[in-house]
Amino acid sequence: MFPTSRTGWSVAAVLPLAFLGLFFAWPVLAIVSLGLREGGVLREVFAGETWELVGFTLGQAAASTVVAVVAGLPVAFVLARCRVRGLGFVRAAVMVPFVLPTVVVGLAFRTFWPDGGVLPIVLANAFFNVAVVARTVGGLWAHTDRRAEDAARALGASRPRAFVSVVLPALAPAIGSAAAVVFLFCATSFGVVLVLGGSRYRTLETEIYLRTVELFDLSGAAALSLLQFFAVLAVLVLGALARRRRETALSLRGREELARRPSGGEWYVVGAAVAVVVALLTPVVGLVTRSLSTRDGWSFAGYVALTTRGDRGTLAVTGLDAAMNSLRTAFDATLVALVVGVFSAVVLVGLRRSGSRFAEVLDTALMLPLGVSAVTVGFGYLITMDALPGDFRTSPYLVPLAQALVVTPLVVRMVLPVLRAVDERLRQAAATLGASPLRVWREVDLPLVGRSLVAAAGFGYVVALGEFGATSFLARPDAPTLPVVIARLMSRPGELNSQMAYAACALLMVVTVGCVLLIERLRVPSSGEF
Amino acid sequence: MALELDSITVRYGRTEAVSDVSLSVADGEVVALLGPSGCGKSTLLRTIAGLEKPTSGVVSWDSADLAGVPVHRREFGLVFQDGQLFPHRTVAGNVAFGLRMRGVDREERDKRVLSLLELVGLEGYAGRRVTQLSGGEQQRVALARALAPSPRLLLLDEPLSALDRVLREQLAVDLARLLREAATTALVVTHDHDEAFTLADRVAIMSRGRVVQVGPPAEVWSAPVDVETAKFLGCTRFVPGSFVGLDLERVGLRATALRVDPDGLMEGTVLERVHRRDHVRLLVEIGGAEYEAVGPMTEVGDRVRLAIDLDGVARVG
Repeated sequence: MFPTSRTGWSVAAVLPLAFLGLFFAWPVLAIVSLGLREGGVLREVFAGETWELVGFTLGQAAASTVVAVVAGLPVAFVLARCRVRGLGFVRAAVMVPFVLPTVVVGLAFRTFWPDGGVLPIVLANAFFNVAVVARTVGGLWAHTDRRAEDAARALGASRPRAFVSVVLPALAPAIGSAAAVVFLFCATSFGVVLVLGGSRYRTLETEIYLRTVELFDLSGAAALSLLQFFAVLAVLVLGALARRRRETALSLRGREELARRPSGGEWYVVGAAVAVVVALLTPVVGLVTRSLSTRDGWSFAGYVALTTRGDRGTLAVTGLDAAMNSLRTAFDATLVALVVGVFSAVVLVGLRRSGSRFAEVLDTALMLPLGVSAVTVGFGYLITMDALPGDFRTSPYLVPLAQALVVTPLVVRMVLPVLRAVDERLRQAAATLGASPLRVWREVDLPLVGRSLVAAAGFGYVVALGEFGATSFLARPDAPTLPVVIARLMSRPGELNSQMAYAACALLMVVTVGCVLLIERLRVPSSGEF
Repeated sequence: MALELDSITVRYGRTEAVSDVSLSVADGEVVALLGPSGCGKSTLLRTIAGLEKPTSGVVSWDSADLAGVPVHRREFGLVFQDGQLFPHRTVAGNVAFGLRMRGVDREERDKRVLSLLELVGLEGYAGRRVTQLSGGEQQRVALARALAPSPRLLLLDEPLSALDRVLREQLAVDLARLLREAATTALVVTHDHDEAFTLADRVAIMSRGRVVQVGPPAEVWSAPVDVETAKFLGCTRFVPGSFVGLDLERVGLRATALRVDPDGLMEGTVLERVHRRDHVRLLVEIGGAEYEAVGPMTEVGDRVRLAIDLDGVARVG
C-alpha cells in the first residue's frame, strides 16, 4: 500500500491519532483536569459510597458477562458447527439486539419489569452482548480443526470430556477476548441502567451523568471518570493480550471445514440455542405489541402522534422532525467514521507488516472511545470545542463527530481482519504488473474489502442512529435525535407521551433490523469479528 | 548484459540473507538460481523485483541503476509459487491486469489475453473464476498474467513447487519450451535441480547467501565446485578418481555411477533394495564400504558384479 517504510507508516498513523486527540483525548482530559482543579478528587475516590458504586458497576457487569457467555456459547456452536435450516435467521436474530438503541432495549425490558431492578439490568446488558460472544467464539470455532476433537474421542474421551479438554482450551482465547469486550460494554452501559435502574441502581456511568447534569458536581464526576478510565484501560490491555494469542493461533489452522448435521446430544445444544434466540426475540416482540396496544385496545395512536410535539408540547419539534434529524446525523457520523476507520485500519496493517510496535499503541488508542463514558466525552465537548474556530459548540457537526467517535472502533474491527487476510504477495503481484501503490489499493484492497466496507457502513449507521450517551448531552433542544426524544417522552407523564415513545422505539427498531438484514446478506464468510 | 547484479548484500538486522552476489543475465537468456531452502535465493529475486532494498550493491538494467525505480515501474514480471491470482477477477481479468495498468486499449487487450491463454494451453478459460481452477491451471494463468505486458525480465519464484510431481515434470517441459519460443529473459528460483536443469541456459548455485558456481547445466552437473554442491546435486559418495579409473584427486558418485552388470569388474553384496518410480536402487557393500547402485531386481544378500558408468560420476573441485 502507500508508504513503503516503517517511518512512512508511523507518519501516516499521526492522522488518526490527531483525530482521536482532538475529538477524544482533549475533551476527556479537559473534564478530568477541570475536576482535579476543583479539588476533592481524593476524598471522592476514598468515599465509601464510591466503592459501593464501583462494586455495583463491576458486579452487574460481571453477572451480565457470565449470562452473555453462557447464552452465547450454544449459539456459537450452532453458527460454527451445525448444518441446519434457518442458520441465516439465527445469525440475524442474534445480531439485532447488539445494534438496538439502548433506550429501546431499556423500554422493551420495562414492558416486562415496569419497576426496573437488578435482574432486568443484568438481563438487558446480556441481551445486547450475546451477539459478541456468539460471533467471536463462533468465528474461531469454525476454524478449529474438528479432528483434534475426533482424536480425543478415539483415545477414549467421552463427548463432554473431549469438549472440556480439547475444544474449550482451543476456544479459550476467543471466549476471553469476547468476555473482555462484553464486560467493557456492560461496565459502561448507560441507557439501559438509566431506564431500568432509576435512582436506586446506579453505575459509575449513570452517576457521572447525574453528577454533571443534575448536581453540577464536576470534581466528583471527574474523579469517577478517572476511576472508570483506568478500569477500562486495564480491561482493554487484557483483551489485546487475548487477541494477540488468538491471532497466532488462527494462523496455524486451515480454512473453514464443512459443518455437519448435529447428532445425539448435540441436539440439546441446538435446543439451548433456539431457547436463547427465542429469549432474544421476546423483548422485541413485546415492544411492538406494547406500541400498538392502548387502554382502549389496539391502536396506531402512538404512531399518529409522532407527527405532533407530544402531550402539551413535551418536545420542541415533532417526532417526525426528530426522526429525519436522526437519519441525517447518523449519515454524517457514518461518513466520518468510515474515513477515519478505514484509514486507521490501512495504517494498522501497514504498521503491523513493517513490524512496528507502534501498531499496538494505535490499536489500543482506537478502542479507547468504546470504553470511556460517552457522557464524559459529551460534556468534554461542551467545554473544549469553543476553542475551535467558529464556536463548535453550536455547530451541527458536533453530534455527528461524537457519534463517529463511537462508531470508528467498530469500523476498524470489521475492516481490519479482512484487510489483514489479504495476502501481501497479491499486492506485490499487482505492483510488478505495473500498478502504482494507489492503484494497488484501488484494484486489490478495495474490491476485496468492499463487502465488509458496506457492512461496516450499515453497522456503523445503526449504532450512530441509536447512540444515546453523548448525543443526549450534545443535541440541541431544537434538533434532537430519536433516542433523545424517546427518553424525554418517557420522563414525562401522559399516556400519549409513552405511547409515542413506544411507537418511536418500534420505528427505530424496524430501521435497525432492516440494516442488520442487509448486512447479513453482504456478510463475507468468516470475516470480521462481530 | 540486460540484468546486472553487482555485489548485492541484503541484511535483516544481524542476519545476512544475501552476501555479495554478482550475477548477470543476458538478453533472451534463462538463468536458474538453484539452492536449498533458506539459501537466500528468494530474497535475491525479491530484491531484483524491487520488493526488497539491497543493503549494499547495485541492481542495474542495460547499465542503468534501478535503485530509484519502484516495483511498478521496473517492467519485470513476477510469478509466485502459489500463483497469487486476484480472486475477485476472472481468468481474463487476471491476464489483462498488467495491460490495463499500461493503458492498452480494450480491443488490443482482449486479443492479447486470448493469444496468451492459447500459449499456456487454456483456450476457452477466459470467463472462468480463478477459484475454480486446479493448481496447475492457476499456475498457467499466473504465467500468462506475468507475460501479458511483455516484461523485459520474467522472475519466477519456485513456479512449480506447489504442484504434484507428475504435473510438475510436465509443466517444466512446457515452461521451458514457452520461455524459448517467446525468447523471454528470465530468472528462475528453485530448489529442484530437475526443474533448474530443464529450464535454464545457465545455472547459478547458491549456498548460504552466496553464489558459489555459475555455468551451463551440463558443466555444473558434471563438475560441481565443491563437495557441498555435489551433494546438493545428488552425489552420495566421494572417492579418489582412481576408483573409477580417472586421473583425478576426488570424484562424486551418483547412484547411476555403479550399475549391475555381469561383465563388471567389481563385486559387492546387496544390503538393501529401494524401489523408485522408474528403476530399482540398491545399496551394495564393496570392500567394506557402502555404495548406491542401480540395477535389475535382485534379492538382499545376493552377490552382484558391478560396472562403472561415467555419466554418473562428477568431478569435484
